[in-house]
Amino acid sequence: MMSKAVISEIHRRIAEAFNVFDNESSKSVDVREVGTIIRSLGCFPSEAELHEMIAEVEEEEPTGYIRFEKFLPAMTKVLMERKFRPIPKDVLIQAFEVLDQEKKGYLEAEELKKYMTQEGEPFSQDEVEEMLSAALDNKENVIFYKDLVSKMTFEDL
Amino acid sequence: MGCGATKSNELQAALLIQRWYRQYVARLEMRRRCTWHIFQSIEYAGEQDQIKLYNFFGYLMDHFTPANSERNLISHIFRENEICRDIEWERYFCYKNIEVPELYSGPHLSFPLTVSNVADLVEAFKNKQQLHTRYVLQLLLESWKLLRMLPNINQVSTCQTKEITICGDLHGHLEDLLLVFYKNGMPSVEKSYVFNGDFVDRGKDSIEILLILFAFMLLYPNNVHLNRGNHEDYIVNLRYGFTKEVLGKYRLHGKKILKLLQKIFSWLPLATVIDQKVLILHGGISDTTDLNIIAQADRHKVKSTSFLLIVDMLWSDPMPQDGCIPNEVRGGGCYWGPDVTEKVLRRHNLQLLIRSHECKQEGYEFCHNRKVLTIFSASNYYEVGSNRGAYIRLGPDLVPHFIQYQANRSTRELTLRQSVGETERSALRALREQLFAHKSDLLYAFQDYDTDNTGWISLKHWATAVEAVLRLGLPWRVLRSQLVTTTQDGMLDYQGWLRELPITEPKTESLLETMYKQRSNLETIFRIIDSDHSGLISFEEFRQTWKLLSSHLKMEISDEAILDMAVSIDFNKDGSIDINEFMEAFRLVDRTMNLPSEPNHTKTDE
Repeated sequence: MMSKAVISEIHRRIAEAFNVFDNESSKSVDVREVGTIIRSLGCFPSEAELHEMIAEVEEEEPTGYIRFEKFLPAMTKVLMERKFRPIPKDVLIQAFEVLDQEKKGYLEAEELKKYMTQEGEPFSQDEVEEMLSAALDNKENVIFYKDLVSKMTFEDL
Repeated sequence: MGCGATKSNELQAALLIQRWYRQYVARLEMRRRCTWHIFQSIEYAGEQDQIKLYNFFGYLMDHFTPANSERNLISHIFRENEICRDIEWERYFCYKNIEVPELYSGPHLSFPLTVSNVADLVEAFKNKQQLHTRYVLQLLLESWKLLRMLPNINQVSTCQTKEITICGDLHGHLEDLLLVFYKNGMPSVEKSYVFNGDFVDRGKDSIEILLILFAFMLLYPNNVHLNRGNHEDYIVNLRYGFTKEVLGKYRLHGKKILKLLQKIFSWLPLATVIDQKVLILHGGISDTTDLNIIAQADRHKVKSTSFLLIVDMLWSDPMPQDGCIPNEVRGGGCYWGPDVTEKVLRRHNLQLLIRSHECKQEGYEFCHNRKVLTIFSASNYYEVGSNRGAYIRLGPDLVPHFIQYQANRSTRELTLRQSVGETERSALRALREQLFAHKSDLLYAFQDYDTDNTGWISLKHWATAVEAVLRLGLPWRVLRSQLVTTTQDGMLDYQGWLRELPITEPKTESLLETMYKQRSNLETIFRIIDSDHSGLISFEEFRQTWKLLSSHLKMEISDEAILDMAVSIDFNKDGSIDINEFMEAFRLVDRTMNLPSEPNHTKTDE
């Protein structure tokens, strides 16, 4: 049973994140930004889970915009139920180790690219290029995934 | 473990990594947006101060009666507004006595200008050379003569010139102007341009941009059109860096050049209309905008009867809701809605309004059912990587085509993370300055929440208090992790946090804090008082100014407090205050005010 104060603080956090993308103070945001908003609040949904959530908060006749009125209760539920929890560092490293079949401690650029664009919920060309440019160790053209994970982990909100 | 199991493991692993990485990118994007908001809100808050200053001087001009001891100070300030005949000004600005030495290696201009003169000029500026004062004055004088003959509203037709290119704010970013010329071609009889104001301030090459634009205007008067922006104004220039730039680059004659520019700016046309269908002006409109009235105004007069209409044209911003309300964020002009756009466009049989004035991430943006188009041409405006610039090409069909760009090759090579990092660091530094300036108020606000006097408050209360004091409308909870680094169990030692805001501890705390808050205003006023631009003002002038400002802003400052502070800052014993040393006392590092350090600052170009 959550206290009123806690809930109102959650509401404020959601409103702030929403408003960052609500440029015209119209109380609605472009549907393409909703994923960013949800993730910035500390959630780690998969693309499928994201689409499910969007379907929930969309208008009956989709307008391309999501209204705050509908977003707030859905998002509050997500935060209170602690859905889409973060991925612990060690689990993430294990995932890289699965892909690193030869247990080298690193992945070649081409290897990672192949997995990211062909498996799971594939990345677009842009997404994978961006990831590689950030992840690649320039001198050796490989990705030391343990370092990468450390570099790209944010503190919990 | 068979093939099938391995495959499914790989799938799971890939899914996990993708899920994690997308979250990371989203966090970065959020930070980038917040950074943007920070810059914008601080920028507009600064402009508010600017308008307050205007109102202050306007008030003085209207109500001043020279009966008291402030007489000398005021007449000092308003000497500039004496009405003199143009003939006298032309004598004052005479360049004929200024010799160009043999050693001068910059471009030589002859009048009337030729195509190769102007090409040389652009090339010289590309190579970081400076134009000699003699040529600067000559060029400006010729420009002034031309501008005085232009109407308030330029009428342009595409049938004469085929396509027209429209550029927005440049703000001293020479590399952006050069990039536009490179991509689009330089102005010519075949290639018309409209430059929509805000050529100067903030960037470091404002004077070079002006000289290039005026040179092209003189060369192709029917093809190059300049609209005035709110930064083409000498008081704004005192605050935002153009004055400083000119005085730094032209130490001997800078003052004269600035004086001439003051006149030139007041003569810049206010708008351009293409094919009687597309209206181009810098800021925007209001519900009282009437182009017929504006066409009749004396645009160069400081207090013309259409003064407010003109302010609206240079300062307003569009808003999504219907209506027309005062622009409190900027402090001047208004916010106008789609209904006003409809009304004004219909009144004058127009189909599109093109304006600038607001920085846009993509360099351009439509609003009001695509009837209003914002175009902004200074890329990396807030910081490297903050935004792209853009320009518009308009043909006889009057359908706008956009070309975007970003100066500084290396921004494209930065990863998303790196470019967010750079900009963010800069924004956070600016934000910490704001926090520091409000230290006392913040302390009171925090203490309000700390009823048991423990020295600790919750992060929730921190966010609420900070917004209540600063009123910048920023997402403080989102920004919290960047501004508050040490907490215990969700609680913050607020006095410790305030102490850590990384600026020096002032001795007379509340007075210096107040001055710090007002430092932009102070600097502007100092520069106005220092009308001979010597960098020195008398102690008495300083005291009077401070008293004037404080009474206008309703602050209480005693003479003893001012004297104490003077002593602690250690002014020269001859009763003169060196402005630069004084401002240095606040340890300001304002990047927009930094002049480039040229390797050979030759005296030959003076």
